[in-house]
Amino acid sequence: MNYAVSPWAIAIFCTFVVAVLAISYHFARSAKSASGFYTAGGNIHWSVNGIAFAGDYLSAASFLGICGMIAFSGYDGFLYSVGYLAGWVVAMFVVAEPIKRLGKYTFTDALNAKFNSRGIQLAAAISTLLVSIFYLIPQMVGAGSLVTPLLGLPHEFGVIMVGTLVIIIVATAGMASTTYVQFLKGGLLLIFSLVLVFLVMSRGVSTKPDQGGDVPFRDFQTVKAASWDGQTVVLADSGYSVAGVFPENLGKLVFVKLVKNGQSSFWKLNPAEMLLEETQTVAVRPDGSKLYNGETKDKGKFYQVGHMSRIVKNGQEVQKSGTTDFFSFIKTIKDGTVVRWLKFAGLKDGDDKVTVYYQQPIEGKELLKPGVKFKVDSARGATTANKIDFISLMIALFFGTAALPHVLIRYYTVPNPASARKSTIVAIAAIGLFYLLTLYMGLGAMVNGVLDLTNDNMSAPLLAKSFGVTVFAIISALAFATVLGTVSGLIIASSGAVAHDLADKFFKVKMDEKRKVLWGKLSAVGVGIIAMVLGILFKGMNVSYLVGWAFAVAASANLPTIAMILFWPKTTSRGVLASILVGLGSALGMILLSQETFNEVYHIPHVKSLIPFNNPAIVSVPLSFLTLVIVSLLTQRQEAALQARNAEQLKKA
Amino acid sequence: MHEPSSNWTKDHAASIKRVLGLWFVTLYTIVYAGFVVINVVSPSFMAVDVGSLNVAIVYGFLLIIFAIFLAAIYNHICTHAEEVMTTLRSGDETEALKEGRS
Repeated sequence: MNYAVSPWAIAIFCTFVVAVLAISYHFARSAKSASGFYTAGGNIHWSVNGIAFAGDYLSAASFLGICGMIAFSGYDGFLYSVGYLAGWVVAMFVVAEPIKRLGKYTFTDALNAKFNSRGIQLAAAISTLLVSIFYLIPQMVGAGSLVTPLLGLPHEFGVIMVGTLVIIIVATAGMASTTYVQFLKGGLLLIFSLVLVFLVMSRGVSTKPDQGGDVPFRDFQTVKAASWDGQTVVLADSGYSVAGVFPENLGKLVFVKLVKNGQSSFWKLNPAEMLLEETQTVAVRPDGSKLYNGETKDKGKFYQVGHMSRIVKNGQEVQKSGTTDFFSFIKTIKDGTVVRWLKFAGLKDGDDKVTVYYQQPIEGKELLKPGVKFKVDSARGATTANKIDFISLMIALFFGTAALPHVLIRYYTVPNPASARKSTIVAIAAIGLFYLLTLYMGLGAMVNGVLDLTNDNMSAPLLAKSFGVTVFAIISALAFATVLGTVSGLIIASSGAVAHDLADKFFKVKMDEKRKVLWGKLSAVGVGIIAMVLGILFKGMNVSYLVGWAFAVAASANLPTIAMILFWPKTTSRGVLASILVGLGSALGMILLSQETFNEVYHIPHVKSLIPFNNPAIVSVPLSFLTLVIVSLLTQRQEAALQARNAEQLKKA
Repeated sequence: MHEPSSNWTKDHAASIKRVLGLWFVTLYTIVYAGFVVINVVSPSFMAVDVGSLNVAIVYGFLLIIFAIFLAAIYNHICTHAEEVMTTLRSGDETEALKEGRS
């Protein structure tokens, strides 16, 4: 669709940017020491820290990604919400207080507190950097794709703007400004998500949604076919002529190109009812230009979609549901029929590559159970490998959260372990509430005629737009802030890994407090620039799986070590080192050799991967645990000697 | 070795909190694992109506609300344990101090 830039949206966005810069300026003085820079002096109140946790954690993947996934695939998108939240339970009950007690500035500090091993220092720092960078890329790409509809600026501009702003936030005041930016964003995101959900409820559902009267409902047409013999179509309507027939997917899908008054369009054949159903298309021409339903984008001929074709209320079919509540909204969708839009990419029409979007009505009750996106239902052809893949994803989400470096460093910003615990409760409550709302925002977008078929990430902002440009401007500015908050946290974590873990602790670069802060700031600038370059390089790529990589790597490399150090006294430094390396290596190795990576990154879908699933956690997490146990048991004697030597050195020092 | 990020007193309730944390995380893991297993073993069960909603949505919502509920209980017990243990310890120390003086 063509996005019109609103001056109001620009004004609200600029106000937010000014507020962020003012916060950074205000806290600039607090970042004069390493403690001030990395942990805001450990003086943040637990309630502020809890909301900042939410601001940090509710990234573009959560806000834009999950809402978009629910809007396009129903309940399966909500499974991410459940998995992301469940991970916080591990953080709360296992990690929060001990991490605070053991660590100083970074996750590596806590891991190495007992051992003082240079190997662990290096391996944990590398793991932190890898996880942070996997997480950074989708955020930066998300920033780029948000800026186009919001400000009408190119992708590269969005990436550079986010990068520059984050560098300013982090380099001026480190964790203090980052915390308050995340607090502001987390709080506002919750409030306006609630507002959006209440607006959705009060509008209710209609079979002809018109965005509150602003955008007329587009009724897609059908044309009757007189005959279909498997190769040629004869039309009952003489107004159209057939310009081509395209059987795809071994004949399971048949698209027909029709021409009327010199205008061509694609239609999907429904052989059961002998109907041709209107589709929407994006054609890429040999010169790289794109046509949307046969026209350039600015003509506005590519329509927003998403509606219910059947609404049942009190046993009667109705056109509108009227105002709904948390229960009746779901019931309306469950008892009715939703028109989904599916995508077929790769139709060749002469030299043009055409992506066709076509309608597929589906019962609401089917959409509100698992199996539309994830292959978990044997009745829909799911294999054992598909099911293992799903279980593996849910394991990564469960164990990954408590091992994400940018989440862990937030435990050092509060004064004591009890505050760490309390801030986690606030985080769970805030994040839990938000994830409950994602189901309503996603389903609201699905049935309100707001979906942009070319960009599922814009579902929530476009839902907001259907309630007026002010709501859209606020939600879009918040979506942008979502990226800003998460990227700031990731840059602080990466900067800690480079300046504190590697330069200070591993390479033993001599530095006083001032130089430590300078190293931290320079590292933040360096990582920020790398993030900008990656954000531009990965433009247009499907990068959502990178967040999955980050969770899988964190769950495999970091969590087993944290958990075992805390709960198994026989853990040795060599066991920890081996566990990090095996977890990191196995998770990364399996990801790089998975079919999804072959398809999306290497672009060799014809090559069959030997790894039967895309998510490695089901293998790499137990493997990492097992490695730690075996190596620790084998190195008990060496560990005792090592600890004695360390104690000796400490005495001499 | 690294020094801690701040100075705080010894946590006398640490072992209670550790055991409680382990029990709670185990309990939640079982409920979460049940959710994942039903999703792959019997997706059709997830479509069974529960009032206006269905099993899938009710179970998903309950997992989120259960996490908040467990976290609140955990914090309540931990805070109470910290207070009790601190009072007991300070009582012991005062007693020991008195005995020392006499």
